[in-house]
Amino acid sequence: MTRPLLEARQLAVDIGGKTVVDRVDLSVASGERIAILGRNGAGKSTLLSTLAGLRPAAGGSLLLDGEDAALLPAREAARRRAWLGQFQSDPFGSTVLETALTGRHPHLGRWDWESKDDAELARSALKAVGLDGMEARQIHTLSGGERQRLAIATLLTQAAPLYLLDEPLAHLDLNHQMAVLELFAGTARDGGAGVIMVLHDPALAHRFCDRALLVYGDGRTEIGPVDTILTAKTLSELYGYGLRQIEDRGHRCFIPE
Amino acid sequence: MPTRQRAFLILASLGLLAVASIGLALTVGSFKVSYAEVLAALLGSEGGAGDVVLQLRLPRALAGFACGGLLALAGALMQVLLRNPLADPYVLGISGGAGVGAMFAMLLGWPVLGVDGLAFVGAFAAMLLVFGLAHGDGSWTQTRLLLTGVIVAAGCGALVALMLSIADEHKLRGMLFWLMGDLGQSAQWWPAFAALAIALLLAMPFARELNLLSRGLMQAQALGVAVGRLRYAIYLLASLATAASVTTAGSIGFVGLVVPHLVRLATGNDQRLLLPASVLAGGSLLVLADTLARTLIAPQQLPVGVLTALIGVPVFLFLLSRQPK
Repeated sequence: MTRPLLEARQLAVDIGGKTVVDRVDLSVASGERIAILGRNGAGKSTLLSTLAGLRPAAGGSLLLDGEDAALLPAREAARRRAWLGQFQSDPFGSTVLETALTGRHPHLGRWDWESKDDAELARSALKAVGLDGMEARQIHTLSGGERQRLAIATLLTQAAPLYLLDEPLAHLDLNHQMAVLELFAGTARDGGAGVIMVLHDPALAHRFCDRALLVYGDGRTEIGPVDTILTAKTLSELYGYGLRQIEDRGHRCFIPE
Repeated sequence: MPTRQRAFLILASLGLLAVASIGLALTVGSFKVSYAEVLAALLGSEGGAGDVVLQLRLPRALAGFACGGLLALAGALMQVLLRNPLADPYVLGISGGAGVGAMFAMLLGWPVLGVDGLAFVGAFAAMLLVFGLAHGDGSWTQTRLLLTGVIVAAGCGALVALMLSIADEHKLRGMLFWLMGDLGQSAQWWPAFAALAIALLLAMPFARELNLLSRGLMQAQALGVAVGRLRYAIYLLASLATAASVTTAGSIGFVGLVVPHLVRLATGNDQRLLLPASVLAGGSLLVLADTLARTLIAPQQLPVGVLTALIGVPVFLFLLSRQPK
């Protein structure tokens, strides 16, 4: 059996001294997609950035490909996992292509410049998110949705086998929401990538993910296959609002009561 | 992103500009020296004009170039560190600390070396103070660093004003010139030059990581930059570069803020090109400004800081106005 891309053992996450995730066990195999769902402020993003190695865990351990993530050099870790943040701020100007090329950083030596192959990779990543033809545009002229897709293209350029996505659908219209989810579903299916994403729509989580991790915010978490865990009952409790479940051609939909 | 070849061309032309600016500084002045005489003096032939060129103008031009380069480099680094386009080498109180040290030494009537020494001590003390206060609780955010620096700078400004107001009339002119930046008082040119070479050599290997840092701490870290260590190193490097320049020539304003922006507007924001190009452009600008400062109303000399601003402002506004939207 192959090792999981990422494995969290008894991982605990604190925000300001309060434990929001208490001793969770989570492992992501190649080709697997996991959704993280929960209320605002429940600790979804904090958990994800802990998995991304951007903040220390309050307890437990984190393995990347079976190796202790804390001991891996930053560049090596960046070749194994990629992280999409919620916010992109750009105090200085840059072009779309330059921004996408930053994803190549962990693959380049200290004195290397981005090669033609790197540029080719960045261009095809831009094409994959529908930004082809905009390579020379300045990033501050992009709309919120275009900026988000550029961040996703940068992630694809990084070409790590594990994607940690914090609200990848933010600012995206319906068409691009589906396109992005299908894109990552494709990378998981064909490229064997593992994906963990924070989502706000349980219906999309059910449709595009294999398993779901529910984060309650008081330390409790629950994980299971989407078919069994994403039900009106659990989600009503998770969000603290009554939901009704509707099935249509194999897709689940949740409507507020 | 510039290709390697384009970066090389840009740097080569800026290198020519630097040589031309130093050449001009050697020939122009109250005592006119022809290019042939300058060349002869540089090649080692003895002569009347040689002394002026080798003893007076060359050291001053080299010190000016080094200070301009140091300030531009420190400015570019500070703008990345604070992720703030308005940052300059002085924003974190380094020049304020140096100013307090230098004014105190001048108030006591110390010689040039004493003034330089105490200026460096002041700059170093300000650097440690800002770092200690901003880093105190381990948060070390850009906002906290910036606020601490600005407050320390304001405190230093008050101390400088206090010393100016109690100083004797005959010391006042020298003190004001120091505060506005003056190459006429620099004792040696080579310490600043060595500092410039070392600072650039230390910064260049991290240029691509700086590109990522300017886009955000978390993004940079997720892409494999050891953000914590890099930020300490950049803070130390930019502070020491500023201290070296301020110690040599007083607090020359404007170069550190505007030269990185000028270069950025012309060539883009890739630090691999931006850092060396800023050094060359900043050095050239300061040499040209200093040449004007000592010739415009010769034999009277103007503070060079006034000239850097008078040259830089229109050039900057011109570039800004033709920047594509």
